[in-house]
Amino acid sequence: MKHFFTLLSHEIRMLLVSASTYIAAMLFLAFMGFVFTSILENYSKVAQEVSPAQTFFQFFWFPVLFMVPMLTMKCLAEERRLGTIETLLTTPVTTTEVVLAKYGAAYFLYLALWCSTGVFFYILSKFSGDTRFLDAGPLIGGYLFIAVSGLLFIALGVFASSLSRNQAVAAILCATMIFGLIFGLSWLAGSSALNREVLQPVRDAVDYAQVITHRDDFTRGIVDTRQLLFYLSGTVLAIIFSILSVEAKLLHS
Amino acid sequence: MPDTPAIEVTHLVKAYAGITAVNDINFRVARGEILGFLGPNGAGKSTTMRILTGYLPATSGSVHICGIPVASQPDEVKRQIGYMPENNPLPEDMRVSEYLYFRGRLKEITRRKLGPRIDEVLELCDLKRVRHKIIGQLSKGYRQRVGIAEAILAEPPVIIMDEPTIGLDPHQILIVRDLIASLRGRMTVIISSHILPEIEVTCDRVLIINQGRVVAQGTPADLRREVLGKSTYQVELAGDPGTLPPVLAAVEPTLQVTAQGEPDAEGFRRLTLSTERDAELGEPLLRSLSAPPYRLRSLSRAHPTLEDVFLAATRRSWDVKSSDLRKK
Repeated sequence: MKHFFTLLSHEIRMLLVSASTYIAAMLFLAFMGFVFTSILENYSKVAQEVSPAQTFFQFFWFPVLFMVPMLTMKCLAEERRLGTIETLLTTPVTTTEVVLAKYGAAYFLYLALWCSTGVFFYILSKFSGDTRFLDAGPLIGGYLFIAVSGLLFIALGVFASSLSRNQAVAAILCATMIFGLIFGLSWLAGSSALNREVLQPVRDAVDYAQVITHRDDFTRGIVDTRQLLFYLSGTVLAIIFSILSVEAKLLHS
Repeated sequence: MPDTPAIEVTHLVKAYAGITAVNDINFRVARGEILGFLGPNGAGKSTTMRILTGYLPATSGSVHICGIPVASQPDEVKRQIGYMPENNPLPEDMRVSEYLYFRGRLKEITRRKLGPRIDEVLELCDLKRVRHKIIGQLSKGYRQRVGIAEAILAEPPVIIMDEPTIGLDPHQILIVRDLIASLRGRMTVIISSHILPEIEVTCDRVLIINQGRVVAQGTPADLRREVLGKSTYQVELAGDPGTLPPVLAAVEPTLQVTAQGEPDAEGFRRLTLSTERDAELGEPLLRSLSAPPYRLRSLSRAHPTLEDVFLAATRRSWDVKSSDLRKK
């Protein structure tokens, strides 16, 4: 892990000079700003049951679907397309360090972007002068959910990027995996296909892996260790697969 | 262990799905030596180099760099080498000095030493003017030199460069050649190239490989003798070539006319003589051919270039291959 921080600072720097980062950031902030203003409009018209933070995080999946691929599609695919992975891996660094550094940089940026939406709430509390709008529980829970689920989403993106040397393919693959994870599983949970007795264990597993339910729990202030474990183990698995994928591609190149 | 060879390769085999890219290669390179790697496209040059760097695993055989086995201690080996891959891949959106700094840190040069070392390397490779430019905007010659600068940055004992002079103009080739020559004695260098005169001028020893096998190795002079096995002379002579063989036999029994041209307006024709003997026959030839009935206008000993050697060596192995096929 000697070179991890050298690689990490290099990766963060590379993300900060790349145009796709700023496009992702701009689209993200524009969309979240739009969501936030429409929430405020609704709240000013009719009294609502839940706090604005809770509604705000309901739309987390949309920016995730386009932002995560944009942040991660480049990381390993580009290295392989340009061939720079060869110069990188002939220095005394390990594949693990390279993959972790790329993961770390993408995750850092992902968190930084989400943190910038915190300004929305700050402005709201500052100008409304009403602390009710700034309900700390859902807010902290929501950001915690973003941080924890982001671990898995970014890991999936890195994995997708390790599979292809084409960035577009990596991005589409990543978006599909995240879509499958969030909506595919929730559709499966609602479908009657798993109603048979034999499929009960599968049903349990699917019920356990409901990202939307997790979000609701988190924004309600419930931090369940089983859910944390779900994201952490998923992340570790995806990163291990990315490392193996990079190494397997070397063996067969 | 200063007496261990810098590179030692024994029975190296690399097989991809169904194809044997490198087939039982053996060679060793002494410290401070410059080895040229020659071979047609797809001969296994790049594969061999990648195995040397520890980037690709070998199917069988062993490689030692400075006495360290590549297969079991790849990390240690990577500290001993500077590698410039084929086509010299570089990140597009970094500045030259930033790139060298990043690479230097990865190669475990301390921060304090890195600054002066980068200046030194930029000076050596004549890159001072472009140090703040973005690599993606540099011309091919500069990019190539950035790659070389990167390879020698950490002053490793072994430098491996895959086609370092490809795409350079003659002036830049000269700079690169001088640069490589300046490393002689301090670092062991392996370069592969298609440009044969390049190799001939720069390298102490040449290794010709074809279809994954070493077909010839030695100094350029050795190779000429070994592969071509004879020396040839060009003469321009007036007189009847039919009466030549006894005259030539008197000079050297194996001397023969291998080609003869048509006589020009003054009756001189160009003849090619060849002999198995390596010794200089210029003087006796001159004496016997300038006497009547012959008139001699010019005599020169043809120096086979490495190109001839290369073509002869690779053709030889093709012949072997095709006869193998016929047997089956």
